[in-house]
Amino acid sequence: MQASFKTDNDLNLNRRGFLRVSTAAAGGLLISLYLDLPAFAHVGTQAPPPKVYPPNAFVHVRADGKIVIQVNRLEFGQGVQTSLPMILADEMDADWSQVVAELAPAADVYKDPIFGIQMVGGSGSIAHSFQQYRELGAKTRAMLIAAAADRWHVTSDQCRTENSVVYGPGNRSSRYAELANDAARKPVPDKVRLKNPSEFRLIGKKVRRLDSRAKCDGSQKFGLDLDLPGMKVAVVAHPPVFGGRVKSIIDNDARSIEGVRDVFEIPLVKGSGVAVVADKFWTAKQARDRLKIDWDLSGIEHADSSQLWTRYKELARTTGNVALARGDNKAMESIAATNRIVAEYEFPYLAHTPMEPLNTTIRFDGDAAEAWVPSQFQTMDQMAIAQVLGLKPQQVTFHTEFAGGGFGRRAVIDSHVQREAAVIAKRFRGTPVKLIWTREDDVRGGYYRPMHAHRVEIGIGPDGLPAAWRHVIVGQSLVAGTPFAAMMIKNGVDGTVVEGVEDTSYNIPSFHVSAHHPTVNVPVLWWRSVGNTHTAFVMETLIDELATRAKIDPIAYRRKLLKSDAKKLRGALDLMEEKSAAWRNNLPKGHAVGISCHECFGTGVACAVDVSIENKRPKIHRVTIAVDCGLAVNPLTIESQFQGGVAFGVTQLMAKGAITFKDGRVEQRNFDGYTPPYIVDAPVTVDVHIVPSTEAPSGCGEPPVPVISPAVVNALAKLRGKRYRSLPLVNI
Amino acid sequence: MATYQLNVNGQHREVNVDPSTPLLWVLREELKMTGTKYGCGISACGACTVHLAGIATRSCVVPVSLLGDRPIITIEAIGQDPVGRAVQDAWVDKDVVQCGYCQSGQIMSAVALLKATPKPTDTNIEESMGGNLCRCATYVRIREAINSASQQLK
Amino acid sequence: MLGHHRLLVRFCLSLLVVFVTWSALSILGAVDVRPNKTSTADAKLADGLAAWEQVYSVLTSPRCINCHTATNYPQQGDDRHRHFANVIRGPEGKGVPALNCISCHQEVNADSTGVPGGHNWHLAPLSMRWQDLNDQPLSSATVCRAVTDRSKNNGLDGPGLLKHHQEEPLVLWAWNPGHRVDGTVRSLPPLTHDEFVAATRRWVEAGTPCPKGR
Repeated sequence: MQASFKTDNDLNLNRRGFLRVSTAAAGGLLISLYLDLPAFAHVGTQAPPPKVYPPNAFVHVRADGKIVIQVNRLEFGQGVQTSLPMILADEMDADWSQVVAELAPAADVYKDPIFGIQMVGGSGSIAHSFQQYRELGAKTRAMLIAAAADRWHVTSDQCRTENSVVYGPGNRSSRYAELANDAARKPVPDKVRLKNPSEFRLIGKKVRRLDSRAKCDGSQKFGLDLDLPGMKVAVVAHPPVFGGRVKSIIDNDARSIEGVRDVFEIPLVKGSGVAVVADKFWTAKQARDRLKIDWDLSGIEHADSSQLWTRYKELARTTGNVALARGDNKAMESIAATNRIVAEYEFPYLAHTPMEPLNTTIRFDGDAAEAWVPSQFQTMDQMAIAQVLGLKPQQVTFHTEFAGGGFGRRAVIDSHVQREAAVIAKRFRGTPVKLIWTREDDVRGGYYRPMHAHRVEIGIGPDGLPAAWRHVIVGQSLVAGTPFAAMMIKNGVDGTVVEGVEDTSYNIPSFHVSAHHPTVNVPVLWWRSVGNTHTAFVMETLIDELATRAKIDPIAYRRKLLKSDAKKLRGALDLMEEKSAAWRNNLPKGHAVGISCHECFGTGVACAVDVSIENKRPKIHRVTIAVDCGLAVNPLTIESQFQGGVAFGVTQLMAKGAITFKDGRVEQRNFDGYTPPYIVDAPVTVDVHIVPSTEAPSGCGEPPVPVISPAVVNALAKLRGKRYRSLPLVNI
Repeated sequence: MATYQLNVNGQHREVNVDPSTPLLWVLREELKMTGTKYGCGISACGACTVHLAGIATRSCVVPVSLLGDRPIITIEAIGQDPVGRAVQDAWVDKDVVQCGYCQSGQIMSAVALLKATPKPTDTNIEESMGGNLCRCATYVRIREAINSASQQLK
Repeated sequence: MLGHHRLLVRFCLSLLVVFVTWSALSILGAVDVRPNKTSTADAKLADGLAAWEQVYSVLTSPRCINCHTATNYPQQGDDRHRHFANVIRGPEGKGVPALNCISCHQEVNADSTGVPGGHNWHLAPLSMRWQDLNDQPLSSATVCRAVTDRSKNNGLDGPGLLKHHQEEPLVLWAWNPGHRVDGTVRSLPPLTHDEFVAATRRWVEAGTPCPKGR
């Protein structure tokens, strides 16, 4: 069976970065995608394109006093269902105790102001929507005041607001709930006065999450928890090698299980699979286990890890497509071999494995559809579902469900899970069908952080600083062949692969970065902090090695080498140094300090870790981490993101933290073979320090991740006297 | 298919399911109690933790046919227990959750720990919570919340 | 010289005749080949030691040795890797609160979910460790000494050991180890249970001898 989905040949891109999908004969779709810059590399530096965000799409003041605020992106742990409403509620002078947050459905008005599609990613939630939500809150307040002023026959400037009440001259007051209907009819002001930071009541404060209680008493529903009348559950048998096709199915054993509704072949984005639809999940899973499927695995690459490594390491020894060439290209030649370092690094494929397995629920009604998706990528997913069902996107009512984590896994350009669900739903018209990927499906299903090989040659100057640096990176492109390619691939280099090296803040006179992007039959995807996951490791371990060689303290060395205008990094470094001084200089025997710093997604981070070796594994006793993320909207969320993010980063160090291939098949199947950090693997304490700032807020979701692995390994280097250039850490 | 009489959160419930069905899916799909979560299906992550006859148990691997008449307590009812309530309150006070998907299991495990060891050491916490996975990695605050709950229960 | 040679040949031939006659007679029982009790004891000892080696082969097979660890964790699988999810021994070999063995392991195998089960699933005590701290099986001599040390083996004498091998539910489990998650049956010990019991009996009847050395 042929996959019947549109290919990217149907999509074209103009120079200014606007993307339009042509209305093709197949009954096409129109989307607008504004990408002024490589979408996930730069954050918070662009003025948003002029858009109108009607307050009544974002705020609903109910008669009972509750204030329901729509959150324009997925809540998947990062705290936006609290921090975005906080911003709006502050400018609105709303009673915070009455605020209720909802995850907005897919709609134009909820598109990310910078990215131009409804999505969460690139650590952009606060950075992109801070100004937007402030204005929404201020406008709502202005309209409430206007309504009150009308009633009292006074002017707006005679009124003030506090805690969901408008106060007027002569002891007049009206609750927001009473004014809401009138306010909604008022014209939305073009301009509003925003608060002076000194007037903030919520912004800048440690505000606890709104969704805590529900997540602690079992009442919070996630996508996987959805239950609708008449709903069926589907699972899909995927080919053991990506792109494989069904040759034949023996399903009588499967169908004999009570509650199995249907078994049928479906097209996948690549190749085909077999869907099982049943009344319940366990039934569907058992039936799938009993299927006997003959797969056609011919004509497709069977990825094999050892073969790939050979290929990658060979490629790394040659110059790739040039990402950056700065300074004297011949500088390396004049540096004696004794003053050079050559380092080769290896990084495996990584799975995201968010705690909630992937799922999507769709009901197809012929001329419309309804979808419930814990989605990081509403615009794209809605479009994909519509395409499969032969509808326009606006005919698909798309609900955003709470997600149990994501880390990038729920933002997939080809919306493959949603497409599978739509194909199945199409066959069960009128019936909601919930597609569930089991954990095994997830671990084996692809869309990994790609494997990478690096080869770095450094020529050290007489001052011990790197005078020449030649860096080759090998790794699959994340966006080649997708609508994002033209934006993010320049001179044959995918920006997401070289970020963290190419844009380094280190001042290296002769600096050459190039990349190879092999084509491999393994689907790949951004994994929390994307290219920085491997580039920061290489940079920060090499910098550490250079510092050791030069006999300079690792913090001092970085200060020497950083560009003078690397403000955020310098600030973070200083604060980290100050806050860790007491313990860094007082380590028990058998412990060592590791230092690292990295800037990504507009945020500068520096950390110090206290590491010893216990039971042959690194034990991280403490992390002191300092961050400059501009204005800290909710310091409590930021603290949580950094405490969690560094522990998440430890995934890269775990002994079983690798996805490997043999003859096209993924060798791991579940958490027993691909093992992320448990509590024993995570730092015991993490103290987070925020550099005070009034600059525009930048992201905190991803910046914690890249710094931890190099810091830990830098500490291990001290303990073991050797360097670690291959992840994961299997033997220390 | 077979019929089973279950004692769930103090209530008698009758279900008619395949004997091989894990308790997890009986709770979620027969009884519509979705607080107990599916994370892995092989008892590696703890998201499915319930209390079975007072023992923290991974419901994704226990077929309904092996339950017998052992009483089952889930996250939906643990708040009625003083230790359960203290743990939930500490979790909220310390702002532990991020995505929250693993937290039903974390809480059920923490309650089992505190019932057995009211004043757990760091090692006790690390060992007893050692099999509960959190991909958001809220472990630092989980430790804090357990210590806090332990203090509250003095 | 020729004379000496002939003498030598005649001497060897006579020795040969004596030997063959002796052998034939001894086979026929006409001549007692056990001039004293030592050779009977030797044979029984040899048989007992051989029986022990059979017992040892079972004890060190994955289904048994995975719970007879020297560390604070069990092993699993035919490759005897450390059990996943950080499960640990605990003070009584039953795990720790919130992560007991019985948090997952029930009274019988749960084949639909791939979890083995047996009555009172727990680790053997450290006194019954059959591995070293590097998860390597201990020698036959060492394991034998441990198993027969009544101060360590819960006071079991020979008949007690035999009964343990015959009846203890967790021992019996090794021959009914259930299905893995992928549907395959776990591998069995190298002997059948009957063979294992028979070997144990022979070993016990020989006085539970242990090999010498380390």
